[in-house]
Amino acid sequence: MSQGTIRGLLKRDARADRVVPPTGYTAHLTLFVSGAMAFLAVFALALSLASGRLADRWGTELAGAATLRINAPAEQLAAQTEAALTVLGQTPGVASARALTREEQAALLSPWFGSDLPLDTLPIPQLIEIIEGDPGLDAAGLRLRLGAEVPGAVLDDHTRWREPLVEAAMSLRRLGWISILLIGGATAAMITLAANASLAANAQIIEVLRLVGARDRFIARAFVRRFTYRAFFGAVVGVLLGMTSVLLLPEASDEGGFLTGLGFQGIGWLLPVLIPFLGAAVAFLATWTAASRKLKELS
Amino acid sequence: MIELENVSYTYGGGELLSNVSLQLQPGSFHFLTGPSGAGKTTLLKLCYGALLPTSGRLSAFEEDIARLDRDQMALLRRRIGVVHQDCQFLDHMTLAENVSLPMMVSGRGETAQKDDLTELLGWVGLGTRLDALPPELSGGERQRAALARAVILSPDVVLADEPTGNVDWEMSQRLLRLLVELNRMGKTVLIATHDLSLIRAAKSQVQARVLRISQRQIQLAGADL
Repeated sequence: MSQGTIRGLLKRDARADRVVPPTGYTAHLTLFVSGAMAFLAVFALALSLASGRLADRWGTELAGAATLRINAPAEQLAAQTEAALTVLGQTPGVASARALTREEQAALLSPWFGSDLPLDTLPIPQLIEIIEGDPGLDAAGLRLRLGAEVPGAVLDDHTRWREPLVEAAMSLRRLGWISILLIGGATAAMITLAANASLAANAQIIEVLRLVGARDRFIARAFVRRFTYRAFFGAVVGVLLGMTSVLLLPEASDEGGFLTGLGFQGIGWLLPVLIPFLGAAVAFLATWTAASRKLKELS
Repeated sequence: MIELENVSYTYGGGELLSNVSLQLQPGSFHFLTGPSGAGKTTLLKLCYGALLPTSGRLSAFEEDIARLDRDQMALLRRRIGVVHQDCQFLDHMTLAENVSLPMMVSGRGETAQKDDLTELLGWVGLGTRLDALPPELSGGERQRAALARAVILSPDVVLADEPTGNVDWEMSQRLLRLLVELNRMGKTVLIATHDLSLIRAAKSQVQARVLRISQRQIQLAGADL
């Protein structure tokens, strides 16, 4: 289909559009379906973008870091911590290493035990935060050396739990995009059904138009234009409602975790604007295909 | 102009027309008569491509109708004006819009110029009914509107299927005069009718060839008409 054909199909011609009666349940069905699908598409898009951001954040924040845990009797803890920092200071690929303060460790435990935890009375291991350089450190080699020089040290390079988290976030993102594709497919199917019903209901009008010399393109245009514009306006309403709902969601916070981060950021706010145009394109193709097939059947 | 050579048409296992041959010469005037169900409407539909012959050859303007695609068929129908017995209007559009429909679909301007349309509708006596909807028109008004729509593109051929079927004698005479007038303008006219009084009335106005469909064949009607 050439650009000229598409322009011709979409060009408004109020008189030509009047050949198809403007009423009928298919009009309401198309508006409702495109509006509802656009509303859902906004959420699927928000989910997908938020998941992508989360995967990126987890990936980048945790990829360059590791944690060393010193499990030792209280009287050896300081010495082993010092020894571990010495080893780390000599290890290639370690940009920096520092022992967490008592306050920082208490803050890490406070979500589970509260803020008034008497840390001094508990046998809490000492944590050392390691920031990797570029290239990163050789975790296996470091473990061997720590095993010999700091017996209570356990190196955690976050790989074990980072990868499933990032994978989960990526899966969510994929699900979001799959949902958008399914929404597009469902919209196309519903509009095809509505267009077929409309064409069948107007078979007598098509017969009259053919009698007076109308080409299939003229007849199809009247239906295609109507369904495309209905789908567009329905989707505009759906997107506006969807974006309003997303705006009303709680803002991202550490307490709320992932759920409160669902929404758009920066240029992401512009993406839902594309939904009505995509909806109109889907309606255009669905109606054009349905009309071409039906007109062939009716000939 | 329109030529049928040994055309047969079969529908539902029964043969409605058998080896029919007919020539519609430019500027000629024909009546097609015969009893109800004899195949008059079928023959008209064959002439404008709404039906295709089961066998035989049917050509219009030197084109074999069976070989035309849908676009070419649409162009053919712009050269053949058809007046249906039931008129076939779009009930949600005004009379003016219905009559100018062929202009609209053929892309000849947005519609007929208002003055031209008023003149055309004035010619068929509907100059004051431009904004009426089809359901508001009487039988005679509908037939005259259908005739106006059939001729708005100035076709070479006008086919009329029982144009006086739903109107009184006075109105049928008025419609006949319009069709005769079209013939005098050089249009080929074929009227399918079972109304023999109409044919008799036409004899004084135009030199018409009267054809009768009988037993699936077409014959030149005798002097009994």
